[in-house]
Amino acid sequence: MSKNRAILYEHFSDIEQQRETSTAGIWVFIGSEIMFFGALILAFSVYRFSYAREFAEGAAELNLLLGGINTAILFTSGLTMSLAATANRMGWKGSTLILLLTTALLGVVFLGIKVFEYHEDWTKRLFPGPGFNWTDSDSPQVQLFFVLYFIMTGIHALHLIVGVGVVVVIAWLALRDRIHAGHFMPLDVAGLYWHFVDLVWVFLFALLYLMGGTR
Amino acid sequence: MALPVQNYVVIDQGEPPSYLKEYTLRSWLLTTDHKRIGLLYLFTIIVFFAIAAAAAAIMRLNLLTPRGDLVQAETYNKLFTTHGVLMVWFFLIPSTPSVLGNFLLPLMLGARDLAFPKLNLLSWYIFILGGAIVLYALLIGGVDTGWTFYTPYSSTYSNSHVALMAAGVFINGFSSILTGLNFIVTTHKLRAPGMTWFRLRLFVWSMYATSLILVLATPVLAMTLTLMALERIWHVGVFDPALGGDPLLFQHLFWFYSHPAVYIMILPGMGVVSELICGFSKKRVFGYTFVAFASMAIALLGFLVWGHHMFVSSQSVFAGMVFSFLSFAVAVPSAIKVFNWTATLYRGSISLDTPMLYAIGFIGLFTAGGMTGLFLATLGIDVHVHDTYFVIAHFHYIMVGGMVMAFMGGLHFWWPKISGRMYPEFLGKMTAIVTFIGFNLTFFPQFILGYLGMPRRYHAYPEQFQVYNVLSTAGASILGLGYLLPLCYFIWSCRYGKRAGNNPWGAKGFEWETASPPPVHNFERPPVQTEEVYNYPPPSHEAML
Amino acid sequence: MNGNREAIEALGTYLALLALLLASIGFRWLHLGGWEPVGLLLIAAVQGALVILFFMRVSASSQLIWLFAGGGFLWIGIMIVMIISDYVSRPWWR
Repeated sequence: MSKNRAILYEHFSDIEQQRETSTAGIWVFIGSEIMFFGALILAFSVYRFSYAREFAEGAAELNLLLGGINTAILFTSGLTMSLAATANRMGWKGSTLILLLTTALLGVVFLGIKVFEYHEDWTKRLFPGPGFNWTDSDSPQVQLFFVLYFIMTGIHALHLIVGVGVVVVIAWLALRDRIHAGHFMPLDVAGLYWHFVDLVWVFLFALLYLMGGTR
Repeated sequence: MALPVQNYVVIDQGEPPSYLKEYTLRSWLLTTDHKRIGLLYLFTIIVFFAIAAAAAAIMRLNLLTPRGDLVQAETYNKLFTTHGVLMVWFFLIPSTPSVLGNFLLPLMLGARDLAFPKLNLLSWYIFILGGAIVLYALLIGGVDTGWTFYTPYSSTYSNSHVALMAAGVFINGFSSILTGLNFIVTTHKLRAPGMTWFRLRLFVWSMYATSLILVLATPVLAMTLTLMALERIWHVGVFDPALGGDPLLFQHLFWFYSHPAVYIMILPGMGVVSELICGFSKKRVFGYTFVAFASMAIALLGFLVWGHHMFVSSQSVFAGMVFSFLSFAVAVPSAIKVFNWTATLYRGSISLDTPMLYAIGFIGLFTAGGMTGLFLATLGIDVHVHDTYFVIAHFHYIMVGGMVMAFMGGLHFWWPKISGRMYPEFLGKMTAIVTFIGFNLTFFPQFILGYLGMPRRYHAYPEQFQVYNVLSTAGASILGLGYLLPLCYFIWSCRYGKRAGNNPWGAKGFEWETASPPPVHNFERPPVQTEEVYNYPPPSHEAML
Repeated sequence: MNGNREAIEALGTYLALLALLLASIGFRWLHLGGWEPVGLLLIAAVQGALVILFFMRVSASSQLIWLFAGGGFLWIGIMIVMIISDYVSRPWWR
């Protein structure tokens, strides 16, 4: 059984080099993702600066309760993911699997709530396009808010779907003892990606939901 | 770190097989060997270059006469879009990094492969996928927005296949990002023992700086194209003035990537030139530290100047002044490199082989192109020459006179290492000279045309500009010869070229200490860096007299 | 690399994140007017720092990782500051 034995790829000279390389690699990738979302955040910032009132009006229409719950769900999933990495390095296979699957499940719940929110927005005629309906006379800029809202949360949701998929694959590999206390980097790398998606949501929640003022 | 002897198999019965030995299709298409992947990229970019060059040929033929009666205006628009998209994203950006960088980086670092070999192969397949989508978009009718995809034309009014082509470019971007990621991590983590940062080859420094740009800038392009395509498909978006959006925001985001992109294109070429100058002067570069830091400075400053593409687009005058000042600043590290290369030549033991001819051509043409960049960075002058042939001449001097010449020089220099054969030297020298002449005949008249006021992207022009256009087209046919010839003689050399030894040029560097072509795992024993880089012996007393 | 210590660190980070979440939601009742976005972004930044330092283990990582982690944020900062300064300095822009 190869359980708990490190697997050294042939172009590396020692296991420490291999592990540091994996970590460095995922962080460079995260750097690129920061710039990807950064461009969106930039677009949002420009228009938020230009149309503060209209954006606050739009934000007030979002479901703060569900948004808050979703944020708490992602934080919880961050905890379970972090604990899964610890459990795996300790060699506790059962706990690792439960924690990984909980993480994935929490991600799915988040997505479910998001779908519910989108549906709610659709019925309130807040989805941009010909069906958009806003009572106030300044509807153009409010519609712009919703354009950004759907794009930003939509792209985040796509990343989360990928994340859920990755976590499930990692859980499968752990089940088959291809990931274990000796060969733990893939789980750690997946964890870093997961936490990054969580991190993006923290900023999205603040920019989109919380700027709505008291209403 | 302990000397990593235990993981290498030392073969003591004869030479290990070269990386080219196995020839099945599977061994090529499923390879994770960085050397083969470099060659896969080489074959692919040649195809894209040929298509883009054909588009340029048709444009130049059309421009022989002022009435523009060879192609219609809309077709002409599609031609320059094709030329730009393919040349920028499918030739220039992958050329030196993905061909020479992939091949040489592990060799120069003394490593067995890149940090993530399978990711490297994935990069190539992603590149193929993006290219296939773009080619398909061209086949079904093409795009007429220009490679810059400005809104609102691209997002609202154009009737061409914008979203599809944008998708192809978007996917190609991932290839760039993953390549850059691989190079950054490899440079940090897989250096041979004894190789400190200031013993790195200058080509490695350039590739590292380029990779930083690849990783940080390309995602912004991805998002920009996504936003533009969404607006096109959804009929509502963030650049739409009807919603309070700003079309200029597209330009900000687009050029935030695309200006650093031109440094992605030129920095690797500068790295190649550093290697050629040192190799053919048999001398350590003058001011190594300055040249290394200049690469990093170009990468950094290159991110701060994008607004110089938008001086006349309704950006604020304040922003215009800031970007103009910073654009002057970014010329400084480039100039430092040119001065240092020139100083390296002084009292060097110079041999004017083909690669060196390309390198010297680069220095002259890049300097000319770079200085005209300063003209463009000057607000007052730019108002006059923006969107004219002056701009076109400027960037072709840098990209074709600079980058492509550097790439050709590098190909010639490392061809013995890549293929194990020498190319025919006399033909090589002739081609370099033909290229230089053809290039200048093509693009120098364009500076004059631009200054006199001929706009770019026009299929017809006022009659008084005809003579310069005819000269330019004549030059283009000569330039084309300069690219056709190497294609022929490189292929010829694979079978009939003289076999090259390990180090046909007598140059310093890890890649020259292993066989030509190298074995699959690059080195029989992992090399150790025990001396300074470019540690050429000082010239003998006789040579100094 | 003590498993229990790691678990407690993760739990502590989690509780801090939840507390900050509640604080950010309750912020609006403080009626800080123009300062509200600043405060909200500050809270988000602290939450982000907690995720990066503890969930993503940057606090226990090498200098190189600190550099990579910080680099991306610095770059976004450059982009946002420079582009917004164009819009701020346009008299004809709202």
